[in-house]
Amino acid sequence: MFRSRSVAAIAASSFLVLGLSACAESQREEGGGGSGSGGGTFTFGAAGAPKVFDPFYATDGETFRVSRQMMQGLVGFKDGTADPEPGLATEWTPSEDGLTWTFKLREDVKFHDGTDFNADAVCKNFERMYNQTGAGATAAVSQYWFDNFGGFKDGKEPSLYKFCTVKDPTTVELGLTRVTSKFPALLGLPSFSMQSPTAMEKYNANTVTAQGEGFVFPEYAMEHPVGTGPMQFGSYDQANKTITLKKFDDYWGEKAKIDKLVFKIIPDESARRQELQAGSIQGYDFPNPVDWQALKGAGAEVKVRPAFNILYLGMNSTTMPELKDLKVRQALMHAINREQIVKTQLPEGATAASQFVPDTVAGYNKDLKVPAYDPAKAKQMLTEAGAAGMTVNFWYPSEVTRPYMPAPQKIYEAIRTDLEAVGLKVKPTVKPWNGGYLDQVDAGQAGLFLLGWTGDYNTADNFIGTFFGDTENRFKTSNYPWGQPLKDALQDADSTVDEGERTGKYEKLNEQIMTEYLPAIPISHSPPAIVLAKGVSGVTPSPLTDETFDQVELGG
Amino acid sequence: MLRYIFRRLLQMVGVVFVLSILLFAWLRSLPGGPVSALLGERATAETRAQLQAALGLDQPIWVQYLKFLGRAAHGDFGPSTGVLPGVDALQILLSRLPATIELSVVAIVLAVIVGVPAGYLAARHRGGVLDTGGVLMSLVGVAVPVFFLAFLLKYVFAVELGWLPVSGRQDPINATRVTGFFLLDGVVTREWDAVWSALKHLVLPALALSTIPFAVIFRITRASVLDVLDEDYVRTAEAKGLTSAVIRNRHVLRNAMLPVVTTIGLQIGALLAGAVLTERVFNFPGIGEALALAFERRDYAVLQVLILAAAAVYVFVNLLVDVLYAVIDPRVRTR
Repeated sequence: MFRSRSVAAIAASSFLVLGLSACAESQREEGGGGSGSGGGTFTFGAAGAPKVFDPFYATDGETFRVSRQMMQGLVGFKDGTADPEPGLATEWTPSEDGLTWTFKLREDVKFHDGTDFNADAVCKNFERMYNQTGAGATAAVSQYWFDNFGGFKDGKEPSLYKFCTVKDPTTVELGLTRVTSKFPALLGLPSFSMQSPTAMEKYNANTVTAQGEGFVFPEYAMEHPVGTGPMQFGSYDQANKTITLKKFDDYWGEKAKIDKLVFKIIPDESARRQELQAGSIQGYDFPNPVDWQALKGAGAEVKVRPAFNILYLGMNSTTMPELKDLKVRQALMHAINREQIVKTQLPEGATAASQFVPDTVAGYNKDLKVPAYDPAKAKQMLTEAGAAGMTVNFWYPSEVTRPYMPAPQKIYEAIRTDLEAVGLKVKPTVKPWNGGYLDQVDAGQAGLFLLGWTGDYNTADNFIGTFFGDTENRFKTSNYPWGQPLKDALQDADSTVDEGERTGKYEKLNEQIMTEYLPAIPISHSPPAIVLAKGVSGVTPSPLTDETFDQVELGG
Repeated sequence: MLRYIFRRLLQMVGVVFVLSILLFAWLRSLPGGPVSALLGERATAETRAQLQAALGLDQPIWVQYLKFLGRAAHGDFGPSTGVLPGVDALQILLSRLPATIELSVVAIVLAVIVGVPAGYLAARHRGGVLDTGGVLMSLVGVAVPVFFLAFLLKYVFAVELGWLPVSGRQDPINATRVTGFFLLDGVVTREWDAVWSALKHLVLPALALSTIPFAVIFRITRASVLDVLDEDYVRTAEAKGLTSAVIRNRHVLRNAMLPVVTTIGLQIGALLAGAVLTERVFNFPGIGEALALAFERRDYAVLQVLILAAAAVYVFVNLLVDVLYAVIDPRVRTR
């Protein structure tokens, strides 16, 4: 009897599915059902698992998103900007020659494990970073240190770091080997957060080993991160892909308003949207711009961050010698209809780029105009250069969205149309982001390619220094006579002590890069968004995408 | 019998070994590699090359393979580089396995407890409403792609109606973990809210995953019962005046079950393919989801462990089915 009933039930429910999907739209209740968790727990949908919990060994946003809630640096960033403000240090002064910086530290600050935060802890942190050995002393593992400070104690590469001296419990002196515009802003990077010396020692924070085809990180980085922030580590349930942080009651500043912060790892963007709709998460990151309207319509808050990034069309003359001719590069620049791309392929608030730095950065050149869209001129220049009708090999990535590039294929198609309109033949190559795209582009196999950058802090060096500060870059500027001079000029600007003078140098460099060199073609700045459920407040969108959630209040 | 099993076991080892060579070569022939996933877009070509060398990925492929084999012999499959960087790949397999087993068991149990009785009843009442309905259902079950059905179920019952969770395996309630089987753990620790939460998360993915095995089991059972009903010995039994219950249980069911057991065994192997898709749709942290992620991030270590383990399981299940067959049907043993 029951057998036939169960079969009938299955048959009935399958018809139910088909029937319901047709009229599901009208069934929808405001706010959705699901198992919303109330009472001081904020659940955020993360796009990926953090690599480690020790931000010193990390480079990816998902790791920093978690560590940012638990850890703080000497320098912080003003809410909603990329400008430095006091963090664990209340003030700082450089010496006359710009090589020694004195930091006054905040008093009565404790790490989550009860260890005092003081000058001694600061120096232990810097010594720990500088004294990395083995796998830890490689660019692959400690990439942020390598990019910003250079070498380690082993002396294989020159290092920016020289010494750390305890003056008294609340005063620290940091010594540098050269002057740089990065300082002190770079101390706000999550990688250089202050961590508990006690916990780092107890759980062997520095024993990273290369094994097989990867790296094995110590217990500290996997299970016991300890900082000074308003939230502290709770647990990482790998079987359930959830990370739980707890409120830290002895926090020095304004205590957290939530008791618990949960990160639920949901790699698929549409799945994150559905979870928000169902009410099982109260926020997620990097919504597809296509969905912004629908999300707003459903009552969610789409918080648009200031655009602190750049999308560029990279050029590399290794496989396309024609690109060595400035005329050809300029022709490509005039062939691209930026305004059209911004209007049709990028979210609301995106702007066409006139240079490689966003307008909030000191050194942004106001006189530079967005390159004119002029197909006739482009054609003429190509003819003059003897490159009319040439074939360009143009690469774009699949399986990825980046804050500066929500839909790579659509952007590629728009640019391809523009290039074909001036008589060029486009030979496309599409590769998965991790499946060859980055490797092969960096190895110079692409003639034209789409890539970009999100800034770490508000200096011109963080943009153009990163791109062109070395001649063996992905644009292979060593192929050009101006590659080395550009590198030297960037170095010189970076180490100029006087701020006014430094800004002037960067303005001039930005102009030179656009008019004389043109190693690549800037396209746009695109504002990434963060989504919060209806009634959630207390999150300020950050251009650096490093929002903290401790002050979240759950409405409704 | 023992000799037979031993021979089959040896075969199994050979198959897995050959597969490991093919797999190793195939992975490394794919464009990209673990380095990109480790470094992201911020790295320079120089840094990438350094890392390639540090990880030994620049050595000849046979050297890499021999090293891998040497490590694997000690149970070391290397750390993950993409799924959970730094975590031992074997550890990832073991921590993800319970989720997939739990899901597959629930799905196959669903398919069996619905499919076998339904198939039997459909055969007994050939041409009836139940028969026609069942055949139609099983056609749909085979024809509709699993992931499409999974999306549909998710959209209707989770997103729109909100009856069931959209994704994941359990609400973040910090349940105690004992075995990694969430249902079992909840029962052992008496955390009934954890059991309830895990059950709710299982319903939709298990339903989606069970459709194909259900369809296949239903049809095989139906066909097999029809065959047996036409056999002479059933007619003889009826002529002898045996009660229909005895006929049903001793003669029809027992003989009809042979092909069904084989089918169920084979379906378990096929489940893994379905699980990859289903787990991905429901963000269900099992083997399938790890496999998809590992492929996306070119996590060689995890891919190697997962695929080899899956192959071993598949070969082993086949062996098990053959042995069971020999137990049920004495004729197999003498061959």
